[in-house]
Amino acid sequence: MSQRQLTGSRIRERRIMQGLRQADLARTVGISASYLNLIEHNRRRIGGKLLLALASALGVEPSSLTEGAEAALIATLREARAADPGAAAEPDALEDFAGRFPGWAVLLARRHQRVLELERTVETLTDRLTHDPHLAASMHEMLSTVTAIRSTAGILAETAGLEPEWRDRFHRNINEDAQRLAQSSQALVAYLDGEVEAETKLGSPQEELEAFLVEAEHHFAELEKPGGTPEAVVQAAEVLQSAAGRSLARAYLERYVEDARKMPLEQALKARAELGPDPSALALRFGVSLPLAMRRLAELPARDGEAPVGMVSCDASGTLVLRKALPGFALPRFGAACPLWPLFQALSRPMVPIRQVVQQAGRGGGVFRTYAIAQPATEVSFEEEPLFEAHMLILPVETQVRLQDRPKEVGVSCRICPREACAGRREPSILTDGF
Amino acid sequence: MGKRVLVIEDEPNIIEAISFILSRDGWTVDTHSNGHDAVEVVRRKAPDLVILDVMLPGKSGYDILTELRHDPVTQTLPVLMLTARGQIKDRELAERIGASRFMTKPFSNAEVLEVLRELVPQ
Repeated sequence: MSQRQLTGSRIRERRIMQGLRQADLARTVGISASYLNLIEHNRRRIGGKLLLALASALGVEPSSLTEGAEAALIATLREARAADPGAAAEPDALEDFAGRFPGWAVLLARRHQRVLELERTVETLTDRLTHDPHLAASMHEMLSTVTAIRSTAGILAETAGLEPEWRDRFHRNINEDAQRLAQSSQALVAYLDGEVEAETKLGSPQEELEAFLVEAEHHFAELEKPGGTPEAVVQAAEVLQSAAGRSLARAYLERYVEDARKMPLEQALKARAELGPDPSALALRFGVSLPLAMRRLAELPARDGEAPVGMVSCDASGTLVLRKALPGFALPRFGAACPLWPLFQALSRPMVPIRQVVQQAGRGGGVFRTYAIAQPATEVSFEEEPLFEAHMLILPVETQVRLQDRPKEVGVSCRICPREACAGRREPSILTDGF
Repeated sequence: MGKRVLVIEDEPNIIEAISFILSRDGWTVDTHSNGHDAVEVVRRKAPDLVILDVMLPGKSGYDILTELRHDPVTQTLPVLMLTARGQIKDRELAERIGASRFMTKPFSNAEVLEVLRELVPQ
């Protein structure tokens, strides 16, 4: 099926597949054949009752006519329009445009995405030059050495009648500094080269780690049995390109091994079958912390027919440090998440467990049961105030389950959130004009 | 006996070179190489002038200068700041918190001597 189809094209396709004539379908839903023809060629927008009537006449879900790949295309075009309001692209003509010139629409959407990628690269590079601690340290080291060499060389060249002891001493210093300079400049060049290479592939070490975890579906069978080592897994992973990415993955897997030791696979699976995916019951059974039990639930292999489990963790700045997505609960690609997530409520109420049923605003947002808690990230001592980390486990709620309360509505990230009059809003949504 | 200068810098070979040229120029040179207790050392040694590096272990040169400027005793003490970063905002920051002069590494020996003579007439 073509990616570019819109609602009208889908209606037409369904009708033809069922061997219905345009005139017959039009009569069934009470419109003229010529009007249906306009709809089928994406020349008229359609919604509401007529859409429902057409869907029922064709025996399909209304959403199967309206949703799909074209929704993403429309969203991207809307984003492109918002990015350049000066161009005054007509908002009402958007779907019409995408329907009538699908190729051009895809081209525009792709160019827009490319611009975003490039903007982000520029931002990262600018940021790196001003804030990269490694680069700053290298530059400082080099300039300090050059300063020492310049000053020492000045003394040797300009001091008439320099005593031999001093002369030897300064010669030795200059030799030492020259060696240091050679080393530090080589290290700097290697670092910059490595950076450029990494830049062309995956953005940041965090992105590498995430791609690595997605590939493994967050489960490492070889680390569940004795004998498997994080190092072997890291070495075998092609997606880990940079040293920083590998080091992040190594730290992640070392914790994984530790978690697996405390909640071994077979016993954990058995306990999950008995107790259900309840993090506190599992934590109690194994005598482990809540975050550990939550991580294990997210890491256990999904069995057939069982709902996938999602998880996010953030540090005290609210930055997501662990992300395991699941269908229907979107996580922001980059940038900050929705402040209404129970994850962030937990962060402002350390140690208080929060269980909440949520639904993401907008199309296709499923209903999820979340368990969130913020705990100290390290051992607590009197020497230092603890830094907190928050964790949130995300479990889908089966559609047949009757809920007592309406789920709390949350978003993904402000830019793509349709919620109006939201106290948590940081920036305008690019969606509201279209809904 | 000449005027006394305190060099606060963590790079041993820079300390050695600066000490040499300053003492040849008639200064009595003291050195100190970390940020932690630099302010106390300034108070204790009471030099006529301080050469202060910005990047020091323990405490930054900016913080040290801020403390010195808040103490009536060292409020007007001439301070020459040294930094490996010559950006305008670094210079502005140094001036705002009260550096007498600001010099970017790598400097020449003659420059240092000249600035010192201006700050503390012999």
